[in-house]
Amino acid sequence: MKAKGAFLPDIVAFCCAQSAYQAADTAGSMRITYPENIRVIRVPCAGRVDVLHILRAFEKGADGVLVLGCHEEACRHLSGNIRAKNRVQRVNTLLQEVGIDGKRVEMFTLAPNQGSRFARIANEVNERIKELGPSPVKSGA
Amino acid sequence: MIVAERKPLEDIREMIAGYKKILIVGCGTCVTICWAGGEKEVAVLSSQLRLASKKDGNELEILEATIERQCEKELVEALKDKVQQVEAVLSMGCGAGVQPIAEIFPDMPVYPALNTTFVGMPEGEGVWVETCRACGDCFLDKTGGICPIVRCAKGLLNGPCGGTNNGKCEIDSEKDCAWTLIYRRLEQQGRLDAMRKYYPPRNFQAVIRPGKVETLPA
Amino acid sequence: MAKAFKETLNSGKFVVTSEIGPPKGTNLEKLIHHIDLLKDKVDALNVTDNQSSVMRFPSLGTCLLIKERGGEPILQMTCRDRNRMALEADLLFAYTRGIKNVLCLTGDFITIGDHKEARAVFDLDSLQLLHMVRILQSGKDLGGNELDGAVEFCAGATVTPEANPIEPQLIKFEKKVQAGAEFFQTQAIYDLDNFKKFMKYVRGLDKNIKILAGIVLLASAGMAKYMNENTPGVFVPQVLIDEMATAEKGKRVQKGIEIAGRLIRQIKEEAICDGVHIMAIGREEVVPDILAAGGL
Ligand code: SF4
Ligand code: SF4
Repeated sequence: MKAKGAFLPDIVAFCCAQSAYQAADTAGSMRITYPENIRVIRVPCAGRVDVLHILRAFEKGADGVLVLGCHEEACRHLSGNIRAKNRVQRVNTLLQEVGIDGKRVEMFTLAPNQGSRFARIANEVNERIKELGPSPVKSGA
Repeated sequence: MIVAERKPLEDIREMIAGYKKILIVGCGTCVTICWAGGEKEVAVLSSQLRLASKKDGNELEILEATIERQCEKELVEALKDKVQQVEAVLSMGCGAGVQPIAEIFPDMPVYPALNTTFVGMPEGEGVWVETCRACGDCFLDKTGGICPIVRCAKGLLNGPCGGTNNGKCEIDSEKDCAWTLIYRRLEQQGRLDAMRKYYPPRNFQAVIRPGKVETLPA
Repeated sequence: MAKAFKETLNSGKFVVTSEIGPPKGTNLEKLIHHIDLLKDKVDALNVTDNQSSVMRFPSLGTCLLIKERGGEPILQMTCRDRNRMALEADLLFAYTRGIKNVLCLTGDFITIGDHKEARAVFDLDSLQLLHMVRILQSGKDLGGNELDGAVEFCAGATVTPEANPIEPQLIKFEKKVQAGAEFFQTQAIYDLDNFKKFMKYVRGLDKNIKILAGIVLLASAGMAKYMNENTPGVFVPQVLIDEMATAEKGKRVQKGIEIAGRLIRQIKEEAICDGVHIMAIGREEVVPDILAAGGL
């Protein structure tokens, strides 16, 4: 058995261009580090992240998926973040049904200037997914 | 419209266990509207099935197709090319959609991915309620357009039972008592006389099941 | 032999009926004990029909027992479990065995009972059932066929004076009156002021309608509150709940008997309606005490 430390999870972070993506930038310019194994994908709005995008990420072998959007009330597209929250909830249920821990998908909100919050979320989620181990989809294949 | 719900993934997996290549067929009409079996739901189900079979180390290839109406034979025939490539078909249509596929491709095992629940209408976002049971002897003229056959739990024709609870039905405090609704509607229209009449027992054989209607175009 | 219920109804006396709930199973000891206890103390005994959608020994079978033991049974019939053919056949049989009273009910819905997955029938509603009795009486069945030997029943129905909203309930009540219901047993009554208003309306409709006020024994303040919240068409006024709450443990049923007795007395003394129907729901033992408390 591999030691837990040896497992580098594959995490996909869908980041809203209005907030989370900029927060990731801020983190970079402030030289705050966050795990490299988190793949940042820029989306115009968290509300654009579809149930299928998240499911496909898992199909392609992701161990965890993050959806990061604007704080409530702050969404440029009115309710994109709320829609995203509901979809994440939905994916959680769909994964559970498959027998994949629903906690592998999470949603957070942040402001564009919260570089350190971005890094903190990334680190925490990274630890949590490490704790959960590799996705059963990957190990089964 | 016809309202349906998807079966639990576990049940669907049990049906298709052993097949290596299947076709999932969605329907673009009622079940698309009630989010049970449209193109999107087909994609979600196939993703779930792929994840589940990968997880268990099983081989499964899935083709997807959504046609406008599964209950129309001509439209179903267009599936032929895809059907020929697979070992089984999983229909995400209502029960009346599953059956034409099974009839047109009699060699092919066809499985239902949905539970067809009722004929109804939307009540709010993501909420559908049953409104008609296709009884073959429509009674709505006497009840202000509110069906007592389905919307009253007991299908009463002559007024409420003693179970009306603040306008809700005794079986479920979330559901309106149909006879309270009917009373209010008829009162609003000044047609309460319709409710004062005696209605004799229903003809439960108005449609001899299985129903069949023969007609000519207008 | 007990007097025919129809005669009692027309005698002008204050009518008293009570209710027997059949057992779940074939041990009839307690049931027979209850029948013997009550048969000579009341004018007639209702027998519930799979009450609250819980499967039990049949109403018809219990009515036969009452008859055998010299009582006057009222056969309760609901539309939940039998279609029109089964209901008709049961009435033919009941009639030949001397059961002459029937109470026509819709019946509770299946899912509140203990066979939650059973098919609910409701081929007829309570009003159609009442009409059916009259049709059988005319020598025909519901299919329009001649009967070789008709029936004759004193047919009654129910009404819920505290239903909310009340108007649709009253429309149905009037339809039952027109269908020739010979007596009405009401849902539980606790607020006599409300009930008097209802009776004023009834008397205005037709002086000859026989109404027996439903008296349900309160067993505790908790039960009273529970009924207010959960039992459709039942309203226990706060003063009665408070009164129940004053009773100490072990004396609560006694308090309930006292309240029931008081209600009965007032109904009788002020001649508010034509009689009472006492339902002790599982406490048939105390019905004689309620009768005594009510001065009957
Ligand atoms: S009465 Fe009700 S069930 Fe019958 S056809 Fe009309 S709406 Fe449908
Ligand atoms: S409470 Fe109303 S809807 Fe429910 S069974 Fe009675 S009459 Fe029908």
